Amino acid sequence: MSGLDSARVRDDLQAIIARYPQKRSALLPMLHLVQSVEGRVTPEAIELCAELLDLSAADVNGVATFYTMYKRRDVGDYHVGVCTNTLCAVMGGDAIFSRLREHLGVGNDERTADGKVTLEHIECNAACDYAPVMTVNWEFFDNQTPDSAVELVDDLRAGKTREATRGAQITTWREAERVLAGFPDGRADEGPSAGDASLAGLRLAQQHGWKAPGEEGLDSQARSTSDQPPVERAEAGDGSAEAAVAQADTQRAESETKIDDSTTPPAQREDAEEAE
Amino acid sequence: MSAAPLTPVLSRGWDHERSWTLDAYGDYAALRSALRQDPDEVIATVKDSGLRGRGGAGFPTGMKWGFIPQDPTQPGGDKPHYLVVNADESEPGTCKDIPLMMANPHVLVEGVAITCHAIRAKKAFIYVRGEVLHVIRRLQAAVEEAYAAGFLGADVFGSGIDVDVVVHAGAGAYICGEETALLDSLEGRRGQPRLRPPFPAVAGLYAAPTVINNVESIASVPCIVERGADWFASMGTEKSKGMTIYSLSGHVKQPGQYEAPLGITLRELLDMSGGMRDGSELKFWTPGGSSTPLLTAEHLDVPLDYEGVAGAGSMLGTKALQLFDQTTSVVRCVLRWTEFYKHESCGKCTPCREGTWWLVQTLERLEAGKGQEGDIELLLDQCDNILGRAFCALGDGATSPITSAIEHFRDEFEAGMHTPAWDLFPYEGSTAWAKPATDAAKGATA
Repeated sequence: MSGLDSARVRDDLQAIIARYPQKRSALLPMLHLVQSVEGRVTPEAIELCAELLDLSAADVNGVATFYTMYKRRDVGDYHVGVCTNTLCAVMGGDAIFSRLREHLGVGNDERTADGKVTLEHIECNAACDYAPVMTVNWEFFDNQTPDSAVELVDDLRAGKTREATRGAQITTWREAERVLAGFPDGRADEGPSAGDASLAGLRLAQQHGWKAPGEEGLDSQARSTSDQPPVERAEAGDGSAEAAVAQADTQRAESETKIDDSTTPPAQREDAEEAE
Repeated sequence: MSAAPLTPVLSRGWDHERSWTLDAYGDYAALRSALRQDPDEVIATVKDSGLRGRGGAGFPTGMKWGFIPQDPTQPGGDKPHYLVVNADESEPGTCKDIPLMMANPHVLVEGVAITCHAIRAKKAFIYVRGEVLHVIRRLQAAVEEAYAAGFLGADVFGSGIDVDVVVHAGAGAYICGEETALLDSLEGRRGQPRLRPPFPAVAGLYAAPTVINNVESIASVPCIVERGADWFASMGTEKSKGMTIYSLSGHVKQPGQYEAPLGITLRELLDMSGGMRDGSELKFWTPGGSSTPLLTAEHLDVPLDYEGVAGAGSMLGTKALQLFDQTTSVVRCVLRWTEFYKHESCGKCTPCREGTWWLVQTLERLEAGKGQEGDIELLLDQCDNILGRAFCALGDGATSPITSAIEHFRDEFEAGMHTPAWDLFPYEGSTAWAKPATDAAKGATA
């Protein structure tokens, strides 16, 4: 009996198919979903996707084996990635990876005996300003060292709660795969807007008073809301999507009454700037 | 010309409380204004702004939109139109779209809705790489909020216009950043590039007219619509207009995202951000990811716009400025990038599939100090057999770091005939936690 037999899984797969004008487009998210159920892409999952999309199993297999995020072997609760592309490798990613391999006693793309951690060296994950970078279940752990990496995997194996540097509280790899299939887990409001490096240029500009043309002398733009007080909210994690939507609706109702004077025409601002 | 060296527009609200929510973002005023205009007027505004694709190639965005056939008698004109956002940011060194979508997904969603109106598409896909879970969450939440607020869905703002947006997660394949491979992937296939022509503007997703734009390009649209083409074009240089996000990484004091008018130089960026880390001297850098030929300290004053970097023999690419200091082995770096291209080659064409494999074999010997007589010529010959002969730009890109590194640092490749790179440049000395470089280490490159 496979987990794929449940009605919920079938419904979810049909819901994915319904998003697309042509159903084959659903294949990648469907494979993410079956991984969230099975812990890997199983032969049964291949058959099921093929059946639902009117494809051959060979077609589905051909796709599943092309993409590195689809796994043929069971993945642990925590997929731990270490970036060893050039910049991260040079900045210490190679040292982190070899330390973890030794510490966990596994090779690349292998799982620890307790089933908790799968270690993999990953390619550039678009966080080079935080090198060396690691991921857990595809969440960012920035500016790592061999020691911090060991502490991280030890915490995960011991069941301690960890939060990503720029992201949410770490769940499990299977739960993450479900989000990738397009089923939100309600954690979007956790974590910060940005890390320090992401804000480096912005802060420098603020310190020096550097602004885009037309913004000189304006502390805030009509379209942005820096002059609005931050909305009082419960702690990150509790801010539900419903609450956010309710808030958004209020916002919209208010703004619709003043839509036409919401911006100064660009031409006027340009003139004002040149006059200075 | 703008006076300020940094001009945060896209990155402006990244430090705001809950910046990723609609509350913090605003009310999609640019979309309202765009919907009151004729679609062709919106296209004209984007054309006039001079916005060029921010994903690497620099193709004029408005012109790309203008290629979508709007006359039903033209080829493809009777089919639905699609917008696909390339959010598959994977070029090594590139890290601008991910923080943008994390901090401000709504500017992208608003740009998507405006672009759909302009090209007369009812359906858009944001193809985001799968390895960035929290960014995907923020995109999903932004799209959900926008639907709930009536900014997406049927009859947006009572305009009679429908816009549907699907956030689609990829599954780990660099090649899917290539626009036609991305389309195959989005159709549920292996991500392999397609022969062009036909171009996606005529036969793209589901063989229907499709615009594919980078995240930053689409995110730049709302401010252009709102503040005007002239405002946007007042920043930047003659042929490279507007502001853009430069990403600084590596052996620098303050890595990060710096939004500036096109044409700023690396020297200016370094001067304002604190320069190289203590004890570091710039040895080599990439202007726009690993697929753009390496530059050196000689090129600090090259204007970082499309023409300036091309004039220096490289490419602006994704403006991913990866800086390496004198402790770094260029042979090691080039090998690692080449291993990446080998791993990510889709296998469709022989020069790239086989060629990257051979390149790795040769470079491995050189890194280990076991190079053979003629290996440098062999590398150049291998590159020559890939460049211009591969099916897509991945193969060409794979040769860039190699040929440029040999051009600037041939000595280091020569040294690979007898001395391992890790002896010449102890790898521990390049790490983020290394003590400031000693004079002895500096001497190694002299």
